[in-house]
Amino acid sequence: MGEEGSVKLHGMWASPFARRVNLALKLKGIDYDYIEEDLANKSEELLQYNPISKKVPVLVHNGLPIVESLVILEYIDETWTDSPYLLPKDPYQRAKHRFWAAFFEPIFDMMKKTLMLQGEALETAVKELSEKLDVAEHGMKEIYPNGVPSFSQEVKPGYLDIVFCSLFGTQDVIEEFFGIKVMTPERYPLLVSWIDALKQVPQVQEVTPPKEKLLGFLQFLRQKYLPQNA
Amino acid sequence: MADLEMKLLGLWCSPFSRRVELALCLKGISYDYIEEDIQNKSPELLKYNPVHKKVPVLVRDGKPIAESLVILEYIDDMWDDKPAILPQEPYERAMARFWARFIDEKCLPSIWKAFWGPKKEQDEAEKEACENLKALENELKGKKFFGGSSIGYLDIVANFIAYWLDAIQKTAGKTILTKESFPLLSQWKVDFVACKVVKENLPPWERLVAYYQIRIEAAKASNDDGKIQIY
Repeated sequence: MGEEGSVKLHGMWASPFARRVNLALKLKGIDYDYIEEDLANKSEELLQYNPISKKVPVLVHNGLPIVESLVILEYIDETWTDSPYLLPKDPYQRAKHRFWAAFFEPIFDMMKKTLMLQGEALETAVKELSEKLDVAEHGMKEIYPNGVPSFSQEVKPGYLDIVFCSLFGTQDVIEEFFGIKVMTPERYPLLVSWIDALKQVPQVQEVTPPKEKLLGFLQFLRQKYLPQNA
Repeated sequence: MADLEMKLLGLWCSPFSRRVELALCLKGISYDYIEEDIQNKSPELLKYNPVHKKVPVLVRDGKPIAESLVILEYIDDMWDDKPAILPQEPYERAMARFWARFIDEKCLPSIWKAFWGPKKEQDEAEKEACENLKALENELKGKKFFGGSSIGYLDIVANFIAYWLDAIQKTAGKTILTKESFPLLSQWKVDFVACKVVKENLPPWERLVAYYQIRIEAAKASNDDGKIQIY
C-alpha cells in the first residue's frame, strides 16, 4: 500500500477545527503531511475521505480517514501513546475535560453568526457569547483551581487547552475587526490569562494565522454576508 | 473497585438517561436512581449540573458527571475490569465516536424536526432524516449490532432509533423507518430490544406513547409551533 505509518492532514488555514489537529500533531511531535484545502473547490481526496460532511479537518493515518476534530484528538492520543498526553489519565478528570470541550463546541457557530449580523442583532449575539464565556470563566476554576500553568517543555497544552486555543487564540484580531471588546481581563481574568499563556507556546505560534491574513479573510466573509457593508 | 456512593439523576422517558442506565447494567454497577421532575428540577440537579440543568447526571462519591456521551466514556474508563463498551482499537473507537456524534448532532435533531418541527420545515427535515438513517444503515452492513456480535457503545447511543422513534411514529401516524427502506436498521431494532439488559431498561411502551401524546397536545394548545423540546 505504501502508506504504512503515513500521516496526512487535510485542513484549511483559517479553520479552528483544523488548527486543533495541527496543534495536537505538533505538540506530540508527529511527522505529517499537511494538505491545504480550498473550501470552494474541495479535493477529490477530501470528498472521498469525508463523504458525510465534506469538511476539514480529516486526518488520514495509514490510508484510513478520521473526521471530526475532537474525535481526531482522542485518536491521536490513543495511537501515539508516549507523552505529552492530550487527555488526563484520571477518568474523572477526563470526563471533566470532555464535558468542557463539548461546552465550547457551539461557540464557533456563534462567532460565525456574528459575521452576518449588525446593529441590535449583533449586540444580542455578542451578549449571548459573553454570557457563555461567564459560565466558562467560572467553570475553568475547576480545571485550573490554581490558575493557568506556564506552559513549558514539561507542561504542554492538552486537549482542552487545544480546544480553547483554537477558538480564542485569535480573539484579539477578531475583536479588532469588529471594534468590540468582549474578552476583557476585568470580566474574564482566568480566560484572558489562559490565552496569554497559550500564546507563549511555540507550537501555538506556529499554527496561529498571521493577523493581516486573518483580518483580510474576516473582511472577505463580512462582505459576502453583508455586501452593503463593504 | 471501591464501593463509593453512586447515584444517577434521570428521567424515565429520556433516551439519554436510559443510555447511562443501560451502560451501568451492562457493567454490573449498582447505583441509586433518582427520578427528576423536568418541570420542577430538584436542588440536587441544579447543584450537580449548573451549566445545563439537564439529566442524566451521574454522581460518584459526590463528584458529578453530565452529558450522556461523556458519562458513557467515564463508565468505560472507570470500570475497565468489566467487559468494554467501546471498541479497544483506536481506529474502531474513533469510528464509534464519530457515529455517536453523528447520531446526536445530525440524526436525532433531523428526526425530531421531521415529526415535531415547524410544519413548513417538516418535509425538508424528513428528507434529511432519511439520508441520515441511510448512513447509519450502511454502518450495519455485515454486522448484527453496531458493536459487532454483541451490543456496544454505538448501539447504546442509537437507542432512540430502536425504540423511541416507534413511539413518535405512532403518535404522529407517520413512519419513516420502514423495513423496505431500512432492512438492516429494522432488524437491528428487533435484535437490540430483544437483549435482556436492554428490555429491562426501556420505558414502558404505553406510558411513553401516552406521554408523547400529551406533550404534542400541550404544544398544539399553546400554539407553540416547533417548540417541543427533546429530552
